[in-house]
Amino acid sequence: MAMLHIVNKSPFEKTSFGSCLNHAKAGDSILMIEDASVGAIKNSSFSNQLTSALTDKKVYVLGGDLAARGIDKSRMIDGIEVVDYAGFVDLTVNNETTQSWL
Amino acid sequence: MMATKKFMFVNRKAPYGTSYALESLEVVLISAAFDQEVSLAFLDDGVYQITKGQDTTGIAQKNFSKAYKALGDYDINKLYVEEESLSERGLNKDDLMDLVWEDEDEDWAEKPSIIMVNREQLSDVMAEQEVTLSF
Repeated sequence: MAMLHIVNKSPFEKTSFGSCLNHAKAGDSILMIEDASVGAIKNSSFSNQLTSALTDKKVYVLGGDLAARGIDKSRMIDGIEVVDYAGFVDLTVNNETTQSWL
Repeated sequence: MMATKKFMFVNRKAPYGTSYALESLEVVLISAAFDQEVSLAFLDDGVYQITKGQDTTGIAQKNFSKAYKALGDYDINKLYVEEESLSERGLNKDDLMDLVWEDEDEDWAEKPSIIMVNREQLSDVMAEQEVTLSF
């Protein structure tokens, strides 16, 4: 029963993203949207947590949200996949359930 | 004649996810009309407001980052950026827009508006203010 976790808050401002990582199961998917997209960058105070999540979970980021905040894809942690809105829809379809971490 | 006070706008939120950044910018531009001593602070997620290369075509929102470049023309030329906030976010000064102002006392020489400060220095600047507006 794979779950899609949707996060929309910056990991530097709120604990929702960290809490999501603490509760997501192996095989689950995590999608960063809106302010959460800033968590995709390398060498931040949050990047280690996200890098360890990537060992047994899939991590995605909405490309438009990343670009809006001036973060180039080349700055992302290796292993994160960029999706567009169509990819967002595919993720919701391909997972049995979704959970939003507000 | 209105008394001049030291105003600081404290920006701590990323743009686009919430409306704080845009609303702060609007009030900053309004304040320019009142001849006050205005400075801006960018700390915590507020540093994302002035990153270079923002492209909002994918989220169908107005890209208001270019408006920060106009602040110099309104004599708003003290933009304090906290170094620790950048480094905690995997960013550095080169990720920020080149924000400048022209000094009329020096033949309109272009000067940087961004002032890099550490946490302790920023707290000193904050302590000097007479009016602080938080966004």
